[in-house]
Amino acid sequence: MFLVELIISLCLVFGALIAFIGALGLVRLPDIYSRLHGPTKASTLGVGATLFGSFLVFTFFHDGISMQEALITAFIFTTAPVSANMLAKAALHRQLPWVKGTQNPPKPVGNGAEQQSAEN
Amino acid sequence: MLTYAVYIALLLFAAAILLCLYRLLRGPDIVDRILALDTLAINLIAIIVLTGILMGSNILFEAALLIALMGFISTVALTRYLLRGDLIE
Repeated sequence: MFLVELIISLCLVFGALIAFIGALGLVRLPDIYSRLHGPTKASTLGVGATLFGSFLVFTFFHDGISMQEALITAFIFTTAPVSANMLAKAALHRQLPWVKGTQNPPKPVGNGAEQQSAEN
Repeated sequence: MLTYAVYIALLLFAAAILLCLYRLLRGPDIVDRILALDTLAINLIAIIVLTGILMGSNILFEAALLIALMGFISTVALTRYLLRGDLIE
């Protein structure tokens, strides 16, 4: 049982650390296009690891298997890329400034309008 | 050991929520604020789940599921309002 507890503790602390690094990236990174990377990747992995640890807790130390964590994890892993894509489209549509030295920068005109016309 | 791990994780998630609040208040554009709100909802799910571990009951997970749903739907609705200027045409 000590080994299970060790694995659960590692999962929880690792997940919290990764989510904290993602939130730190949300604050520290220079423009919106790079700021999208922190929460959408790191926070998803961090919350996924935390939910896996909770799944192990409720499977080993309580009776029965708790399936709600699997449901929440599946939901987060499905919806995080969709919301990141929508946010990137909104940032391109509003033509937000990007940091100096960006490779292949978004076109000043046209990009948001093209996407919108393609959507129609 | 498990209790200490849960407390450390709660502390780190609380710090992450504070950083998200900073970006929510400060953010130069509204897209930054929507992104901070989305991240805040995701971190709140983790806080609720950790509180459920401390309490030893899985009665809080429906609340976590509802917050996940509402965070996603609010993000999509706000970005769609920014993109199209209208929600339901």
